[in-house]
Amino acid sequence: MPTSAALALAPNLRVMPRDPAGETEALLGVAAWAGQFTPGVALEFPSAVLLETAGSMKLFHGPEALVESLRREIADLGYSAVMAGAPTPRAASWLALAGEQKFINSVTELEPALAALPAEVLSSNDEIRESLKAVGIRTLGELRALPREGLARRFGQLLLDDLDRASGRLPDPRNFFVPPEKFLAGIELPAEVTQAEALAFAARRLIVQLAGFLAARSGGVRRFTLKLAHRDASPTEIAVGLVAPSRDTEHFTLLLRERLGSLALREPARSIALETDEVVPLPGPNRPLLLEEGRPAGRWEPLVERLRARLGADSVHGLACRAEHRPERAVAVAEPGASQAKPDFGERPFWLLESPKPLREVGGVPHHEGPLEFIAGPERIESGWWDGGDVFRDYFIARAQDQSLVWIFCDRGLEGGWYLHGIFA
Amino acid sequence: MGAGIASLAALLDRSDIWRGGALGRTGLPGVPSGFPELDAELPGGGWPAGALTEIFPAHEGIGELRLLGPALAALSGRGLRLAWIAPPYLPYPPALVAAGIDTSRLVIVRTRSPKDALWAAEQALCSNACGAVLAWPRTAKYAELRRLQIAAEGGRGLAFIFRSPETADESSPAALRIALGTGQGGLAVRVFKRRGAPLASPVLLPPMPPAARARSSNHRHVDRNSISAAAARDLPARLLHA
Repeated sequence: MPTSAALALAPNLRVMPRDPAGETEALLGVAAWAGQFTPGVALEFPSAVLLETAGSMKLFHGPEALVESLRREIADLGYSAVMAGAPTPRAASWLALAGEQKFINSVTELEPALAALPAEVLSSNDEIRESLKAVGIRTLGELRALPREGLARRFGQLLLDDLDRASGRLPDPRNFFVPPEKFLAGIELPAEVTQAEALAFAARRLIVQLAGFLAARSGGVRRFTLKLAHRDASPTEIAVGLVAPSRDTEHFTLLLRERLGSLALREPARSIALETDEVVPLPGPNRPLLLEEGRPAGRWEPLVERLRARLGADSVHGLACRAEHRPERAVAVAEPGASQAKPDFGERPFWLLESPKPLREVGGVPHHEGPLEFIAGPERIESGWWDGGDVFRDYFIARAQDQSLVWIFCDRGLEGGWYLHGIFA
Repeated sequence: MGAGIASLAALLDRSDIWRGGALGRTGLPGVPSGFPELDAELPGGGWPAGALTEIFPAHEGIGELRLLGPALAALSGRGLRLAWIAPPYLPYPPALVAAGIDTSRLVIVRTRSPKDALWAAEQALCSNACGAVLAWPRTAKYAELRRLQIAAEGGRGLAFIFRSPETADESSPAALRIALGTGQGGLAVRVFKRRGAPLASPVLLPPMPPAARARSSNHRHVDRNSISAAAARDLPARLLHA
């Protein structure tokens, strides 16, 4: 139908040019994603992806369950697909091309199913299709009923070979698709998006694709980046870091949503792209032999990532001891879970003030909400002359009026005076 | 007759039947606090797992961390994470190590607002990934505490929330509420809400001064030997009685 006729019928029609490069890219993306279901993925341009699934049936609990998960994931990817299965790749792609959502398991069922297909599926050559139509052949069955020699003379050997491949009489080897080393996928947004949060929906499609890509490689990523392209401004990059490698779609979506929730777009986004660093090995989880009771203990890495996504990377950390006499330098911010040294110190308070608080001195006795009573001390700490942060201090444990124990020091350096440095909570 | 008594005992043993005067039963066993006299008063024989515990120290530093220390040490020893959300000061690793807590299990979360702190606490409880969650939100409303209690019920960890003593009179959905004060030189733990009858008199824990070790040991970290002897002499005499 020409565009003018279509517009006459539907005046509100939006006409979009077909984008063959975009279609190819989408097909490659689907092929990379499909690698999680089988290592045997082949492409049939312009619109078909073939999966060799005979070896995957047990892992995915049979053909029905496999088709069900394929269908669900394809929908998550944002595509709609016609799916068909057959013992030969040619027959499967013809069934799908004809719109027949059939799954044929045996060779005996294959012949009648093929015979019922329209002759248009022989898409290799428009000329052949036209002449088949001209002689009144509508289905493959009618074509097969004709004498082979005559067919070969009239339409060429290629047509016969195609038919024989479909029915399994000729071998049909395919080159399997090799997924790229790195993941990079993008989506052109149908309209410019001004709200960062609205991008989460589109980004989820890319995340599903990424998860499939990673599952195919038994890998995970520590970091992924969402790039937002604008009309004029330079692209906005949202990098999401992970504590441990992962390929969990829901977790990725959650982290990205938190980040997008706190982002103000400088300019509307026109397209988004998802990119990852190198893929690190990540085996699938082992399932227990016996069912465990109750809710299993959660993993802490996703929790840390989630908190960081909203509060900022610096806001969530671990603590480590350092072999250092100066109290404020004996503590270091560390990555949670990092293994640590355990140096032995003297008596130390549970709470440390990050900067010592000067104390009032009345009649030679330091006051902290009333006079302090000395319990133990002094513990002399002199250190750090080599790095400019030198301290000359005598530390005491003292009891405040409210019975709490505090850690105070007398500065013997130039400043002098009493300071509160810790609380023995 | 014997059968009748047996069936009555079986009936009374049901977890949804509670008799006045008895301590309530909780689904999960508690985590021993390390203080037998306190454990005896806590339903489940320790800090309640999968439930919210509110602690009201009379003032910060009264001994709230020494009270939790043994339980936290046991949890971290089992490899469980300890989440510290919006602590008022820096938890000091040398002291934590001395208390037996494995510092590699710490996750410190700093927040800018009470809302963020409550959100982080809820996330930590929901994830069920922590052995204990300790939170110091500056303010918390009933509805927010209710969310935390529900989040805690879904997990198996301990959930402690530290609040100022002025808020102890407000009603709260927490399963256990404890006020800390001083008494007879030690820590007075007043359990004013628990599953079961409230406790009339506070549990007195012996004083736990850190001074014992400090007094006996003579730690001196001096790297200038030449001047230290001279410096020690000019220590103010008034301090030497301590």
